[in-house]
Amino acid sequence: MSRYFKAEIQENRPVHTVHNLLTLNVPVSMPEPRPGQFFMIEANKGTDPLLKRAFSLFRKTGQGVQILYRVRGKGTAILKEMKKGTLLEVLGPLGTCYPLPPADAVPLVIAGGIGIASVFSFVEQFSRRAIVFYGARTKDDLLMLDELQGFAKEVRVSTDDGSAGTKGTAADSLRHFLSHHASPITHHCIYACGPHLLLKAVSEIAGAHKIPSYVSMEEHMACGIGACLGCVVKTRDGYARVCKEGPVFEAREIVW
Amino acid sequence: MVSMDLSVRIGSLELKNPVMTASGTFGYGEEYAEFLDLSRLGAVVVKGLSLLPKEGNPPPRIVETASGMLNAIGLQNIGIQRFIDEKIPFLRTYDTKVIVNFFGDSIEEYVAAAERLSSVEGIHGLEMNISCPNKQAGWCIFGTDPRVTTEVVGAVRKATKLPLIVKLSPNVTDISLMAKVAEDAGADALSVINTLTGMVIDIKTRRPKLANRTGGLSGPAIKPVAVRMVYEVFKAVKVPVIGMGGIMHGDDAIEFLLAGATAVAVGTANFVNPNATIDILDGIMAYMKDGKVEDINLLRGAAHAI
Ligand SMILES: Cc1cc2nc3c(=O)[nH]c(=O)nc-3n(C[C@H](O)[C@H](O)[C@H](O)COP(=O)(O)OP(=O)(O)OC[C@H]3O[C@@H](n4cnc5c(N)ncnc54)[C@H](O)[C@@H]3O)c2cc1C
Ligand SMILES: Cc1cc2nc3c(=O)[nH]c(=O)nc-3n(C[C@H](O)[C@H](O)[C@H](O)COP(=O)(O)O)c2cc1C
Ligand code: FES
Repeated sequence: MSRYFKAEIQENRPVHTVHNLLTLNVPVSMPEPRPGQFFMIEANKGTDPLLKRAFSLFRKTGQGVQILYRVRGKGTAILKEMKKGTLLEVLGPLGTCYPLPPADAVPLVIAGGIGIASVFSFVEQFSRRAIVFYGARTKDDLLMLDELQGFAKEVRVSTDDGSAGTKGTAADSLRHFLSHHASPITHHCIYACGPHLLLKAVSEIAGAHKIPSYVSMEEHMACGIGACLGCVVKTRDGYARVCKEGPVFEAREIVW
Repeated sequence: MVSMDLSVRIGSLELKNPVMTASGTFGYGEEYAEFLDLSRLGAVVVKGLSLLPKEGNPPPRIVETASGMLNAIGLQNIGIQRFIDEKIPFLRTYDTKVIVNFFGDSIEEYVAAAERLSSVEGIHGLEMNISCPNKQAGWCIFGTDPRVTTEVVGAVRKATKLPLIVKLSPNVTDISLMAKVAEDAGADALSVINTLTGMVIDIKTRRPKLANRTGGLSGPAIKPVAVRMVYEVFKAVKVPVIGMGGIMHGDDAIEFLLAGATAVAVGTANFVNPNATIDILDGIMAYMKDGKVEDINLLRGAAHAI
């Protein structure tokens, strides 16, 4: 099974202001990707930028995989212009996945901004079981909300500016939920992807409530396969590679 | 066509072909084993090791630059003992030469590391990285002060019978002088070049982007500098030169051979394409075939002929 291959762009379309959805046809020999895993994708045919970019598995389709990305700098700006039929070099699926919650547990999923890309297919696995805390800067940054509402048990939206849902972060909304919730919290398991500060806050909340929690970390990557040691985060065992030991870590392992 | 001879000699070490991996860009070999057959490589050069494990620098450790990248990994490694226990048995299963890159904080550490590595079955050569700070000499870099270079290379030379490659720092005024110094102190070969010190500043935060502030520049951006340095070093010494710095394709490797390199090492290209070493080897073979070059050694230093 090959984790290095050429994939053809089947579709590359805007979903919102600066967000795009890329659908790639992948070879059948590619190992099955799991929610939480990511791909290193060629974002440029030249040498500036040089390195591949890391993107989470957004969703698996019939013949391919989908990536939801935010146009952020040079690489993603070039990627956005790439047309159907273009062949891109891809490495993946890479890294760890979100571990399944115990059968009777309610997955509490926290997504901050583009972090939704990583948790989307995880929520999709659990038909009407997961509670999603989805935070974004403004109403316009909320992506795929309708789809999400279709398969989550509940979606609690928050925005920094209060333009949709409650005003505040997804961590605020999780904190509020847990302090007003009657059922035993042992029946929860937390999964989060988003900016570092959000993950840190979620980790503290989870720790305070003694709820098992997993976070998907982000660091600048060069190789994506554990060779360059560029992507490390500090853990209780020393530095760990986000691309290899992660991106999904147990929150209490991370030194925030 | 008559058969092509790709084999080259680095001191007493015979490589089946001139393509090696550059230290720090190929892990301990196993990270890439799923993407290519390591036995096709002339040599695998592993991530730099120290006597004791080293933690390295805080993140962010890498930042991209135009046609290159800066890294400030800080020489994180698992230490020599774990390498011997956990990595060498795997590498021994391949038909390739294993070269261990190593370093120390003091001359004693260099010597102890070289001694420890010399008795291990499956290690065919040593590459000493002298681009690290020398605590004893008040943080000068081992490879930038000719006296310190003489001393450390000389001491390691006495400590090992393995082929000894000295990896030169490009962050000096006169690389050929440093090359001569290393040769005189007993190096069997020279690696040229290590990364060039650089910096990137974030104009939004007005702070350097790397936590360590500065890092080592690698990738296509440094190739012309590296080719020039190989060219100069080739003129200055008799020992073989291993050329590296921005090699992405077969043609880049050929350029280094023409400048005087006996072998080449592939670094940053591995991150872009995990199969880069094999593509480069194929590219070298295609060039030889096109030009009817039967022995790769005929290319060495050809650019020096006027
Ligand atoms: C495991 C993982 C999964 C990711 N999943 C997604 C996703 O699903 N959707 C999405 O939109 N983004 C995702 N990202 C972030 C994405 O990789 C960056 O936004 C992207 O690399 C920016 O590239 P650029 O050339 O546009 O930006 P530039 O700012 O020009 O990039 C410069 C350099 O920094 C690196 N870089 C910049 N920002 C980041 C970052 N936040 N994380 C890692 N490297 C960065 C780039 O790779 C490049 O080397 C993920 C990152 C990681 C590590
Ligand atoms: C991430 C990274 C780590 C490196 N680590 C080492 C190292 O441990 N020891 C060493 O001698 N050189 C190290 N180098 C330098 C490379 O071996 C090589 O000399 C340099 O990158 C130039 O080649 P390139 O442009 O092909 O990458 C490292 C380079 C990179 C990019
Ligand atoms: S990106 Fe190279 S080790 Fe993680």
